[in-house]
Amino acid sequence: MPTVSMTVNGKTVSRDVEARTLLVQFLREHLNLTGTHVGCDTSQCGACVVHVDGRSVKSCTMLAAQANGASVTTIEGLAQGDKLHPMQEAFREHHALQCGFCTPGMIMSAIDLVKRNPNPSEETIRHELEGNICRCTGYHNIVKAVKAAAANM
Amino acid sequence: MTAESGIGASVRRKEDRRFITGNGRYTDDLNRPGQTYAFFVRSPHAHARIKRVDTTKASKMPGVVAIFTGKDVADSKVGGLICGWLIKSKDGSPHKAPPHPIIALDTVRHVGDQVAVVIGETLAQARDAAEQVQVEYEVLPAVVDPKDAAAKGAPQVHADAPGNLCYDWELGDKAATEAAFAKAHHVAKLDLVNNRLIPNAMEPRAAVAEYDFGTDSYTVWSTSQNPHVLKLLLCAFVLQVPEHKMRVIAPDVGGGFGSKIFNYPEETVCTWASRQIRRPVKWTAERSESFLTDAHGRDHVTHVELALDKAGKFLAMRVDTHANLGAYLSTFATSVPTYLYAPLLAGPYTTPQLYIEVKGVFTHTTPVDAYRGAGRPEATYLLERIVETAAREMKIDPAELRRRNFIPPDAFPYQTPVIQQYDIGNYHASLDKALEMIDYKGFPARRAQSEKKGKRRGIGFSSYIEACGIAPSAAVGALGGGVGLWESGQVRFNPTGSVTIHTGSHSHGQGHETTFAQIVADKLGVPIENIEVVHGDTDKTAFGMGTYGSRSLAVGGSAIVKACDKIVAKAKKIAAHMLEAAVEDIEHERGVFKVSGTDKSVNIAQIAFSAYVPHNYPADVEPGLDETAFYDPLNFSFPAGTHICEVEVDPDTGIVDIAKWVAVDDFGTVINPMVVEGQVHGGIAQGVGQALLETCVYDKQSGQLLTGSYMDYCMPRADDLPSFEVGMTTTPSPLNPLGVKGCGEAGAIAAPPALINAVTDALGIKHLDMPASPEKVWRAAQANRPRMAAE
Ligand code: FES
Ligand code: FES
Repeated sequence: MPTVSMTVNGKTVSRDVEARTLLVQFLREHLNLTGTHVGCDTSQCGACVVHVDGRSVKSCTMLAAQANGASVTTIEGLAQGDKLHPMQEAFREHHALQCGFCTPGMIMSAIDLVKRNPNPSEETIRHELEGNICRCTGYHNIVKAVKAAAANM
Repeated sequence: MTAESGIGASVRRKEDRRFITGNGRYTDDLNRPGQTYAFFVRSPHAHARIKRVDTTKASKMPGVVAIFTGKDVADSKVGGLICGWLIKSKDGSPHKAPPHPIIALDTVRHVGDQVAVVIGETLAQARDAAEQVQVEYEVLPAVVDPKDAAAKGAPQVHADAPGNLCYDWELGDKAATEAAFAKAHHVAKLDLVNNRLIPNAMEPRAAVAEYDFGTDSYTVWSTSQNPHVLKLLLCAFVLQVPEHKMRVIAPDVGGGFGSKIFNYPEETVCTWASRQIRRPVKWTAERSESFLTDAHGRDHVTHVELALDKAGKFLAMRVDTHANLGAYLSTFATSVPTYLYAPLLAGPYTTPQLYIEVKGVFTHTTPVDAYRGAGRPEATYLLERIVETAAREMKIDPAELRRRNFIPPDAFPYQTPVIQQYDIGNYHASLDKALEMIDYKGFPARRAQSEKKGKRRGIGFSSYIEACGIAPSAAVGALGGGVGLWESGQVRFNPTGSVTIHTGSHSHGQGHETTFAQIVADKLGVPIENIEVVHGDTDKTAFGMGTYGSRSLAVGGSAIVKACDKIVAKAKKIAAHMLEAAVEDIEHERGVFKVSGTDKSVNIAQIAFSAYVPHNYPADVEPGLDETAFYDPLNFSFPAGTHICEVEVDPDTGIVDIAKWVAVDDFGTVINPMVVEGQVHGGIAQGVGQALLETCVYDKQSGQLLTGSYMDYCMPRADDLPSFEVGMTTTPSPLNPLGVKGCGEAGAIAAPPALINAVTDALGIKHLDMPASPEKVWRAAQANRPRMAAE
């Protein structure tokens, strides 16, 4: 079994895994970081989005081995101690989540989109989040939250 | 303190902290020591005889712990899954209830029907081995459409349901309806399909089952909306396990929308298998499995006629529906196209006569059951489409036609001709407010503007009513329901004055941990941060019926109010002792107990402490401050309202752009407006999904599911939807202590007809079946060019 090493949320980790192990399985099953979710098997729902070397990636679409040597941030790594990331705060403040299942991926995608578009319009936000499916909120409050967070990031 | 966190305040949700930090605990996040993994071998055919299941090769694969087939299950005397609502056909005979084995025995009846389960040390090993299970099938002809299935000579799904008929049911007075039609000035007619949907909660179904040999008991973690009901079904009906030997836990659940109400084969197999192998068994659906096996929704084919007099007053309505029930009866399948559907066809109108016939039909498709709204969206779609059609044919303004037929606000309680007695409402108020919010008067100008750009603009109305919080239990029983529909609520003070609420309902996105806490904060003056809500664990909460049908607040919330009342009654006695006064002289307001006419008082925290440390305590009062109430409602509740949407259609591309969406709902008292608006947004999104994007398609020949992934089944994405304008009107329900009505399903009920009314208005056509996909809209626009030229 190949050995895979990477930095996850600032900590160096190394595990022997089957070559077919996906990054999302590596995070959930080997590191017990279950905040990253799996909502589909066709790389479309975005529940699994994490940041790999600063860019948002669907972790169900990448082998753990491909992330060898990379720096990975998951939803668990966003808050600084007890201080939440502005995007996390905004999601709570604007009721941008209901069941919470899409939320980690949504937040990770949203952070990436704001990094690339510091002052996004509603249209940009909606377009950028097209790869993240939420069945609960109708997106209305997610759009509001992302706008608000963009102002605070 | 309570003013900002009590009833009516948009308190930020208590549960969010764990979800936004990745600390939610969903079923698949959970692992047990010694856990194994289940992978199901599923039928690739819609209908086939199983000639042979050969597991020899598979069982030699690495990591295989066990393989079970339908025969193994049958040999161990496991029962089939049951349907909990008895429907009687016109002739009085009970509905046909063919066996629903948890693993198919000799026949498979839909693509995805489970044929065997492989249990492995790892999921990958279970899956690899499952690929080596060899099943020999004799493929048989299949039927997927409800009308085709009801036709002569159709392939039969079950030998004991001739003609594929589960039931042939009716409601209403046929003769009186016919007589009213005979006198009609105008009759509007429509044939329409309520398209089949796949619920798609974002968290796939999952289960972890563990059998403890030492205590001979089971613990099952499951993605359930109603863990107590699931436990009852598993124990008493399927596995024959005593109820005190099973605990069902529904931890964080990632959305349900009805699809997680039911008792499915998978968690049942895992529970049974955990005992066979004496190790925990875990199963999590892949999304493809969710598409194939989660109970689907809707799927009606209907002919409807509405009779009107010269003034546009509705005289009568008749409806003939074929409802697809799928291959087997899911847990509440029979009730959805009957009692949850037909009574709602009275809508908010005074229609004096209705006659509804429904044929429930088996097909070689996934079972169909309740999906957000369950029967009520089907009814509302039908009603609001036919009302719109009548308005256009009689050249009466659609808002005006509705107004002429609304039940007037002073006519409540109002008995409809089809079972329901509405407690209260003001349908005119919601319509008027919606017209104002959308600026109805300005519509012609906006339409002209769109037309200048080469677009076509349409406006669509939907005035809906729904019946929520199904109740009371006795009435449900009289209609064939196999369960009671009350709820439990427990309010437990801890010695230092904080509170733990236990509810039998279940939150999987609805926000109960906040709204239920608001109720107690409001009633008992406890700071909301000192209140915790516990739900979803049959060992922790009293028996309760779970969450569906927008019942949690109206029924579960009322139970909590009743428990608060008991707390207050007891606290008064303790306060009287502490204050050396007579009980009759104690007044209570928001947790402060005062001797009337004095400034002597104690608060609820002091009383709680005294109740648990009863050193100086009334002799005739039990220690402790912990009360449970069971609440059985007096009636359904009836949220209602009007949604109006405006669309702009591009005739060159067929793309429908939602320009404006206005929702005005009457949910009675609102506990947390932020949460309620969120429910409305989500409901509308699912309704828009049905009307514009989503549809489940089976191949007519092969019975294959053609929309089995997110590549083929079009889920609404952020860029498919607009922002919504949500307004409220309020007539508090007089029938429950909170005056609430329920809000979870309204959007999904109201949205589809509003959208199709708008699209057909834009195109100048009578009807278009959902979803209004670009192709369909483009074709309709091309076929209907002259109207545009004429304008
Ligand atoms: S799990 Fe759906 S996109 Fe990765
Ligand atoms: S909050 Fe439930 S899927 Fe987005």
